[in-house]
Amino acid sequence: MIRELTTGQRQAALAFLAFFALGGLFLAAFGRADPIAGHGWLVLAVALISLFAVLTRYYDPEPAADRSAEYYDAPVKTGIIIAMVWAVVGMFVGDWVAWLLVNPNLTFVDQAWASFGRLRPVHTTAVIFGFGGNALIATSFYVVQRTCRTRLAGHLSPLFVLWGYNLFCLLAVTGYLWGINQSKEYAEPEWYADIWLVIVWVAYFVLFLRTLARRKEPHIYVANWYYLAFILVVAVLHIVNGLALPLSWTQAKSYSLFAGVQDAMTQWWYGHNAVAFFLTAGFLGMLYYYLPRRAERPIFSYRLSIISFWGITFFYMWAGSHHLHYTALPHWVQTLGMTFSVMLLVPSWASAGNALMTLNGAWHRVRDDATLRFMFVAAVFYGLSTFEGSFMAIRSVNALSHYTDWTVGHVHAGALGWVAMITFGAIYASVPWLWKQKTMWSPRLVEVHFWLALAGTLIYVFAMWNSGIIQGLMWRTYNESGTLAYSFIQSVEAMHPYYIARAVGGLFFLIGALVGCYNIWMTIRAAQADHVLEGDTPESAPRAALEAGR
Amino acid sequence: MFGLHYKLEKKAIALVLAIIGVSSIGGLVEIAPLFTIDQTVEEAPDMRVLTPLELAGRNIYIREGCNACHSQMIRTLRDEVERYGPYSRAAESQYDHPMLWGSKRTGPDLARVGDKYSDAWHAAHLNNPRDLVPQSVMPAYPWLARTPARIDDLGQHLRRLRQLGVPYTDAMIQNAVADAAGQVAPNTDRGWGVAERYGEATNLRDFDGQPGAPTEMDALVAYLQMLGRQTNIARTPASEGAE
Repeated sequence: MIRELTTGQRQAALAFLAFFALGGLFLAAFGRADPIAGHGWLVLAVALISLFAVLTRYYDPEPAADRSAEYYDAPVKTGIIIAMVWAVVGMFVGDWVAWLLVNPNLTFVDQAWASFGRLRPVHTTAVIFGFGGNALIATSFYVVQRTCRTRLAGHLSPLFVLWGYNLFCLLAVTGYLWGINQSKEYAEPEWYADIWLVIVWVAYFVLFLRTLARRKEPHIYVANWYYLAFILVVAVLHIVNGLALPLSWTQAKSYSLFAGVQDAMTQWWYGHNAVAFFLTAGFLGMLYYYLPRRAERPIFSYRLSIISFWGITFFYMWAGSHHLHYTALPHWVQTLGMTFSVMLLVPSWASAGNALMTLNGAWHRVRDDATLRFMFVAAVFYGLSTFEGSFMAIRSVNALSHYTDWTVGHVHAGALGWVAMITFGAIYASVPWLWKQKTMWSPRLVEVHFWLALAGTLIYVFAMWNSGIIQGLMWRTYNESGTLAYSFIQSVEAMHPYYIARAVGGLFFLIGALVGCYNIWMTIRAAQADHVLEGDTPESAPRAALEAGR
Repeated sequence: MFGLHYKLEKKAIALVLAIIGVSSIGGLVEIAPLFTIDQTVEEAPDMRVLTPLELAGRNIYIREGCNACHSQMIRTLRDEVERYGPYSRAAESQYDHPMLWGSKRTGPDLARVGDKYSDAWHAAHLNNPRDLVPQSVMPAYPWLARTPARIDDLGQHLRRLRQLGVPYTDAMIQNAVADAAGQVAPNTDRGWGVAERYGEATNLRDFDGQPGAPTEMDALVAYLQMLGRQTNIARTPASEGAE
C-alpha cells in the first residue's frame, strides 16, 4: 500500500502520524486518572505501528508519476479483508452473547469486560460499523471508480479514510469493554471517538465528491446516488445525535445535550435512519452495481430507480418515531412516524422489485452461480424485511411487538438476510476481479457458504418470530379473574428453547463467514502464485451495460 | 419530472444539495417542535434531581449497558400499567441526559422499580441473580460490591448537568463529594447535609450493607431505589398535557 505513495506523500504520512502519536500521548498523559488514558495509549500504539510500517518501506521504489490510466485498488483490497475480519469478530461475539442468554453462567471469568451488557455493543458495532462500514467504504471506492471511469481523487486520503475509520471502530469496541459507553443505541462511543469519526467522514465525503468531479461519464450512476446519500445523511445524523458536553477535555464521560422526550426522538431519528442510510442506502448502492454486473443484465427500470431513491431519502427520515409508540412522546409525532413508515413500503418494494426484475432472463445464472444467488436472496430479504418493518410500525401491531424478540428477529432478517447477503455477494464478485483471477479459489465453498448463511438466517429469524410473539402474548394475557396470567419470569423461561435455536442459527452464519474467509485467503494466495489475468482500467470498462434504456 | 432528473444527475453538487434538502424535512418537522411546544413535557413542580450518589449509580447503569435489556418507559397499555405501575410521563425523564427509555425487555421494565424491593434484595440479586431467581438469565455483577465508587469528580458532573438545564444549586455542586459519602452514612452530619439539600424524601441508607466509603453497589442500588420516585406526577389523576 505504501509502495503506491510518492516520496512526498510518504513524508506527509510520516508527519501526520507523528502528530497523531503526540495526540495519543497527550490523552494518555493528561487523562491518566480516567479511562480515556487507555485510548490515549491505543492511539499512540496505532500511530507508532503505522510510522514503523511507513518507515520500513520508505526507500522502496516510487510509483510512476501519472497513474490516471489505472484504478487505485489497494484500499479496496485492504477494506475487503478488514471487513471480513470484523465480520468474524462481530459474529463470534454475537453468537457468544446469544449463548449467554441460553446459560448466563457461561461467562467463565468473573470480570466486568466479559459481561453481556458490555459485549452486546461490541457485537452490534463490529457487525454494523466494522463489517458493514468497511464493506461500504471498500465497495464505494471500487464502484465510484468503475462507474466514473476514473481513478480515485487522491492517494493518501483513501488510506486515511479507511484506516481512520477502523481506528474509530477500534476505539468504540475497546471502549465498551473498559466501560466507556454513552448508552445511545448504535451510537455508543463517547464524544472524542465521535469527533474523530466526523473528521474521517468529511475526508470521505470530499474524496467521493472529487472523484465524481473527475468522471468521464456525463451522468452519475444510480449506485453513486445511494453512496452519496449514505455519506451525507449519516454525517448529519451522527453529528446531531452525538451532541454532548464532555466532563473535560481529558475525560471520556459526557452528557448528552438532549434529555428525556427530545433525546428519545433524536435518538430514534438517528437510530432508524442509521438503518435507512447506513444499512439500506449504502447497500442499495452496492446492489445497483454488483447485481446487474454479475447477472450481465441492465437495471430493469431507470425510472423506478429514481422514484425509489427519492422516496427512500424523503420518507425514511420521518419514520423514527414508530420506535416510540404509546410512550410519553406526543401522539402526533407517533402518528406521523407510523404513516410515513407505511408509505415507505412503496419505494422499498420499488427497489426490491427493480432488483428482482433485473434478474429476469438471468434465472439460470441465479441457479448456477452462488454469488449471484447471494444477491438474489438479499433482494428477497430486503423486500420481506421492509414489509415487516412497515407492518410493525403500525401502532396496534407495535403494541404487541415492541420490547420483544420480534424486533431482534426483524433486525436480523434485515442484517443477515439483506445486508450480509448482499455484502458477501459483492465480495465474492469483487475478489476475483481485484486479484485478477477467473473465479474464486473454490466456487463450491461459495456454495457451502451460501447454504450455511441461508440456513442460519432462517433458523435465527423463525426462532425470534416465535419467541417475540409468545413473549408479547404472555405479557398481555389475562386469566378468568381478570388479572395478568403470567409473571415476567415465566416469559423468560418460555424463551429458553428459542434462545438455543437462535444461538445455533447464529453459529451457522458464523461458520459460513469463516468458510468465506478461507476461500478469500486461498484466492489471494493463488493470485500470488499463478499468473494473473489482465485487470480492468478506466479505458476498458464499459459502463453502459449496467443501464437500462432511458 | 424524469427530464429534470436527467439534468440533476449530471451535477454532483446539485445532487448533494437535493439530498440534504429532501432528507432534512422529516427531522425538522418532527423534532424541532418538541423543543417549542409547551405541552410536550408536563409541569412537575415536585420534581427532584438525582443526588450525586444516585447519579454515579446511573452512570454505572449506563456503563454496564443495563438499558440494553431493561426499559424505563411504561406504555399507555392496560397490561403494562397493571404489571409495572402508572404509565410514564415525559416530565419524569426531563433531567435524563441521555434518556434511558430502552427498546427491549429481556428483563422487566424498571421505570418504577424504586422501593419495590429491599436494598438487601437488590444487592444479593446484582451479586448473582440466580441466588434469588433461579430461572433468571441476567448477568451477575459480583465486582460491584468490592469496587469503590468513583466520587471525587462528582462536582464536575453536577456542574455539567446544570449547564444543560438540570437545577443543581451551588451548594449541591460544592458538596457533591461529601454528599455522595453522606448518603450511605445516615444520622451523621454529612447525612443530614444530604437531606437538607435534596429533601427529606431522599433515601439515606447504607445500601450495600457494608459500612465505609460508598461502593459501586451502593451507587447502583441508590439509583434503582430512586427510579420512579423523582416526582409523583404519574400518580396524580389526569394532569394537564397527558393524554
